[in-house]
Amino acid sequence: MNDMTPDREERSANLKGLGCSRKRVEDARFTQGKGNYVDDIKLPGMLHGDFVRSPYAHARVVSINKDAALELPGVVAVLTAEDLAPLNLHWMPTLAGDKQMVLADGKVLFQGQEVAFVVAKDRYIAADAVELVEVEYEELPVIVDPFEALKTDVVLREDLAGQTEGAHGPRKHHNHIFTWEQGDEATTNQVLDDAEVVAEETMYYHRTHPCPLETCGSVASMDKVNGKLTLYGTFQAPHVVRTVASLLSGIEEHNIRVVSPDIGGGFGNKVGVYPGYVCSIVASIVTGVPVKWVEDRMENLMSTAFARDYWMTGKIAATKDGKITGLHCHVTADHGGFDACADPTKFPAGFMNICTGSYDIPVAYLAVDGVYTNKAPGGVSYRCSFRVTEAVYFIERMIEVLAIELNMDAAELRRINFIKKDQFPYQSALGWEYDSGDYHTAWEKALKTVDYEGLRKEQAERVEAFKRGETRTLMGVGLSFFTEIVGAGPVKNCDILGMGMFDSCEIRIHPTGSAIARLGTISQGQGHATTFAQILASEIGLSADSITIEEGDTDTAPYGLGTYGSRSTPVAGAATAMAGRKIRAKAQMIAAYLLEVHDDDVEWDIDRFVVKGAPERFKTMKEIAYAAYNQAIPGVEPGLEAVSYYDPPNMTYPFGAYVCVMDIDVDTGVPEIRRFYALDDCGTRINPMIIEGQVHGGLTEALAVALGQEIAYDDLGNVKTGTLMDFFLPTAWEVPNYETDHTVTPSPHHPIGAKGVGESPHVGGVPCFSNAVQDAFRAFGLRHTNMPHDHWRIWQTANRLGLHD
Amino acid sequence: MIPAAFEYHRPTKMDDVIALLTEHGDDARVMAGGHSLIPMMKLRMADVPHLIDLQDIGGLQNISIEGQRVTLGAMVTQHELINHTALAEVAPILRETALQIADPQVRYMGTVGGNVANGDPGNDMPGLMQCLDAQINLTGPSGSRSVAARDYYEAAYMTAREDDEVLVSVSFDAPRSGYAYEKQKRKIGDYATAAAAVTITKDGGKVASASVAMTNLSDVPVWSEAACDALVGTDCNVDALAAAVAAMLGDIDPTEDNRGPVAFKRHVAGVILKRAIARAWDRA
Ligand SMILES: Cc1cc2nc3c(=O)[nH]c(=O)nc-3n(C[C@H](O)[C@H](O)[C@H](O)COP(=O)(O)OP(=O)(O)OC[C@H]3O[C@@H](n4cnc5c(N)ncnc54)[C@H](O)[C@@H]3O)c2cc1C
Repeated sequence: MNDMTPDREERSANLKGLGCSRKRVEDARFTQGKGNYVDDIKLPGMLHGDFVRSPYAHARVVSINKDAALELPGVVAVLTAEDLAPLNLHWMPTLAGDKQMVLADGKVLFQGQEVAFVVAKDRYIAADAVELVEVEYEELPVIVDPFEALKTDVVLREDLAGQTEGAHGPRKHHNHIFTWEQGDEATTNQVLDDAEVVAEETMYYHRTHPCPLETCGSVASMDKVNGKLTLYGTFQAPHVVRTVASLLSGIEEHNIRVVSPDIGGGFGNKVGVYPGYVCSIVASIVTGVPVKWVEDRMENLMSTAFARDYWMTGKIAATKDGKITGLHCHVTADHGGFDACADPTKFPAGFMNICTGSYDIPVAYLAVDGVYTNKAPGGVSYRCSFRVTEAVYFIERMIEVLAIELNMDAAELRRINFIKKDQFPYQSALGWEYDSGDYHTAWEKALKTVDYEGLRKEQAERVEAFKRGETRTLMGVGLSFFTEIVGAGPVKNCDILGMGMFDSCEIRIHPTGSAIARLGTISQGQGHATTFAQILASEIGLSADSITIEEGDTDTAPYGLGTYGSRSTPVAGAATAMAGRKIRAKAQMIAAYLLEVHDDDVEWDIDRFVVKGAPERFKTMKEIAYAAYNQAIPGVEPGLEAVSYYDPPNMTYPFGAYVCVMDIDVDTGVPEIRRFYALDDCGTRINPMIIEGQVHGGLTEALAVALGQEIAYDDLGNVKTGTLMDFFLPTAWEVPNYETDHTVTPSPHHPIGAKGVGESPHVGGVPCFSNAVQDAFRAFGLRHTNMPHDHWRIWQTANRLGLHD
Repeated sequence: MIPAAFEYHRPTKMDDVIALLTEHGDDARVMAGGHSLIPMMKLRMADVPHLIDLQDIGGLQNISIEGQRVTLGAMVTQHELINHTALAEVAPILRETALQIADPQVRYMGTVGGNVANGDPGNDMPGLMQCLDAQINLTGPSGSRSVAARDYYEAAYMTAREDDEVLVSVSFDAPRSGYAYEKQKRKIGDYATAAAAVTITKDGGKVASASVAMTNLSDVPVWSEAACDALVGTDCNVDALAAAVAAMLGDIDPTEDNRGPVAFKRHVAGVILKRAIARAWDRA
C-alpha cells in the first residue's frame, strides 16, 4: 500500500492549504442566488416594522399622534420613546461611550432620525402606516459645520447640558465631545519652529458611506414559552451583539441566540448597534411574535453609520534635502448627533495615530477634537481598520505637499524617508510598534514595473504640449505608499464595550478524517469558509475540501469579537492555526502509540506523522482521526478536538505601493484611469485568488470615494445624496483593469505570518487616485484640493488655475 | 421605497386603456417599461391608484421603416433600438443614443414611448426626437392626433399629451446626414450632465442644414434654432463652432444639482456640443 503513496509535492497539493488559489466554496450558492440573508428569513406569524423618520435635521418633537396609523387594518403597534422609556430602552449606549436615542426623545438631531416604530402585518401596511403617524415638529437652528458647532450657542445635546467630562475626558464646549492627544506636542512644535522647511495644509476628508449591497436589518423572535430570544441580523460582531442585548434587555445571555446569516457586504456599516435592532427586539417582546426590520437603501444611506468626515490640518517639517524631521496633525472630527463611532474603547479617533505612515519621523503630535453636529451618527471604518484611511490619506497628501514645497520628486521624497528594513520592529513617534516591513524593495519594484521615469517624462511632454495648445488633457501620476495597522488587537489595549479583542476557533475532527471548525468572526464576503479551511489544512494535514467552516451563530460558535478592521486573519486566523497545532499535538501522541514508538520519535510530514529515520512507517491524519475514536489509548482521552482563544501580541502592519496613471480632460473634468498598479505585502499569502479579488474590490471602493462618493448635506441638514442615482457606486464600466503584484514580508508574531489584506487596497487606493488627480495639475500650481474629485470639482480646479481661458 | 397600494390593470385593447383612463382620470396612469414610473411610486412621489400595464396591447411593438420614414411603436424597448439592423442603417443616431441610456438591464425594459412621454428633462429620447423633428402620435377618447416633438414639452413632466391620451408611436424622416449623440454623465446609469443631438447635411463643403438639440440643460429638451442657423453655410470651422455654442447657450437654462453648478454645466454643454458638431460634420 505504501508504494501507492503520492509523493510529497502531490500530498501537499492535495491539501489545498496555504498558497493555493482554491475557488471560493461560498460562491456556489452566491452565484446561484441561493444565499440566505436576513431578508430571506421568514418565520411563522412574523410582523414587519418600519420607521417614521424625521424630515428635519434639528427640531423639537412637540407631539406624536398615532391614532390614524393604529386605525389602519393590519397595524399592530406604534412604538415611540414614551413606550420604550419604562423599559429604559428609549436610549442605548454607543460603542464610543456616548448614548443614542433609539426613538426621538423630545427632539431630533439629524434628518432621518428614528421617531416612531410601526409594526404591521406586512411590509406594505407598515409603510402606509408610517405616513399616517402625525408628528408635530418645531424646527431648531441647524448646525452642519463642526467649526460652527464649536462656536454657536445652540446646544445640540441638551441631555448632556452641564457635563464638562465625557467618556474620553474634558469637553471644551457644549457641542464638543472629546480631545484625543498623542505624541509630544512641545518637541514637535520646537522642531517645526526650527525646521528648514515646513509644509502646511488643511484637507477635508469628506463624509461618505460604506453602502453594502445588502442594507441593515434584523429579525427578532421572542419565545415567551421558553424565555429565549433569537435574533437574526446583519451583524459584523454577533457575539458582542448578544452581550449588549443581554445587558440592555436584562435577558440572561444563555437565553439569547444571535445569528448572523449570510451578509451581503459590511465594510463597517454593520458593526454598530442600530435603533432598528432594538425596536425589532422590543416589538417581538411586546407582541410575542417574530418582528422583522429591514431598512431600504435611502434609510441605509441617511441613517446607519457613515464614514470619514475629518477636517485635518497638517504641518510637516523637513530639511532642505527632504529628510522629514517632525509632523503635527490636528483633526476636527464631525461625529453627527451622537458619538456612535465604532472604535476600540480607548481609541476615540481609532488608530488615527498611524498618521506618521511609512516614514521614519522622529517626533510627532496628533490631536483630534470630536464634535456634535446635526448629521447622522456613525464614524465607522469603511473598509479599513479604525480611521486608518484618514491617517493614510493625510500623510500621503502631506508628502505630496512637502514635495511641492521642496520642488522634489514625490517618489524620491518617499524613498529617502521610508523606515528601513533593519529598523523593524519599529517604534513610531505616536506609539505603535510596526512588526515588519521592507518598504524600499516594494517601492523599487513598483516604480520599475510602471517605468516611473518614463511616465514622468511623458507627463512633462504633455504639459508642454498642453501649453502649446496641442492637447486639452493632462496626465497625472498618482503615488501612494501605505502602512496599515490591522488585527485589533491585543486585549491589553483593545476592547469593545469591555470585551477584549481576542478571537477564537474551535475544531472538531470527525472519525473519518474530516472536520468542522467554528470561529468567532463572521464573513461578509471575505471568503472565510475558503481561507480558514486552508490555514487548517496546512496545520492538520486534512484537505481543505474536508473542512467545514462555520461562523455567526452564538449558540454554536466560540465567542469572538467579529469581523472588521482586517482582524479576521490576524486574530481568528491565528486562533485557527493555534487550535490546529493543539490537534496536531494530540495526534502526535496517538500516532506514536499506533506506531509503537515514543512521542518524540515521530515527526510531522505534511499530512502524517512518520517515524524519524523510517519514513515508510507512518500514520496519516485520517488514520489518526479514526484511532482517536475507536481505540483505547492509555493516558489519552478519546476524541480529537481543540479550541483556541487567541490574544495577539501586537497588531499586524500590511503595506503596499500603488501607482495610478490618469488622463484628465480639462474641459469636462472627466478623469480616465489609464493604468492602476497595486503591489500589496500582506505577509504570508493564504489564497492568492481571494487576495486578488479583495484588492480589486477595495480599489473599486477607493475609486468611488476619491472620485465622487459622498454623503452631502445642504445648510438645512438635508441629505443631498440619498439614492444610488447621486451616491456614486462605480460599475464595471468606470473601473479600470487593475494590475496586482506582491512582495512577502511575513509578520514575525503571527503563527503563520499572515497580516490581512481585505482593506489595504481601500486604504492605499484612496490617496493614490486622489494624488493622480492632484498631480495632473501640479505643473500649474495646484497644491491641494479636496476630494471627492467628481467631474465638476475637477473642472473647478482647472478653472481656478486659469486653464479655461 | 415601498409603494402605496394600487389596482393593477392589464387590458388587451387600446379602447379599454382609454376607457380606464377616462373613468379614473387623474388616478390612473399607463405603464410601459416601468423604469421611471415604478421608482417614482416606490419613492411615493407618484401616487397611482390605478396602474394600467400596456404590455398586452397589440400594435405598439413595431419598428417600421418605409423609405426614409421611420415609425417606432411606443412599446419598442431601448434594447430593440440598439439591435435593429435596418434601423441602425437608416437612422444610426437612434442606436448611438440608446447605447448611452442607462445600462443593459434598464434598456431591456425602458421603452421609446415611456422615455418620450415621461417628460423628465433627463431623458435622452425627447431631445433626440426634437433634433429629428419627429411627430408624436397620440390617441385618446376623441381620436388620434400628432404633435411635433418640438412643441410637445411644456415643463418638467408637463407635456402636450392630455391625461386621457396614450402615446402610440413616434415617427420621423431619417435624416440623410452626419449625426452624433454626445453625452457626459457621471457613471453608467446616470442622466446627462449635458447631452447634445446633432445632425448635419453637407453640400459643397458647407453645412446645408443642421439640427441641434440639448438634453438636461433646462426643464425641457432644448432644440436650438439659433445654433442651427449659426452652422448653416459654414464649414464648421472654429468660429462657426463658437457661434453655435454661443447661440445654444442663449437657449438653455440649467439649474444646479449634484452634477454641478450652473457655470460648470454651461461650460460642459458648450464642450459637448462642439464635440457633437465635429463628429456629425465628419460623418456628413
Ligand atoms: C437606473 C436608471 C437609469 C436611467 N438612465 C437613463 C438615461 O440615462 N437616459 C434616459 O433617457 N433614461 C434613463 N432611464 C429611464 C429609462 O430609460 C426609462 O425606462 C424611460 O425613461 C421610461 O420608459 P419606461 O418604458 O420605463 O416608462 P414608464 O416608467 O413605464 O413610464 C414613464 C412615464 O411615461 C408614461 N408613459 C409610458 N408609456 C406611455 C405611453 N405609451 N403613453 C402615454 N404615457 C406613457 C407613464 O405613465 C409614466 O408617467 C433610466 C432609468 C433607470 C432606472
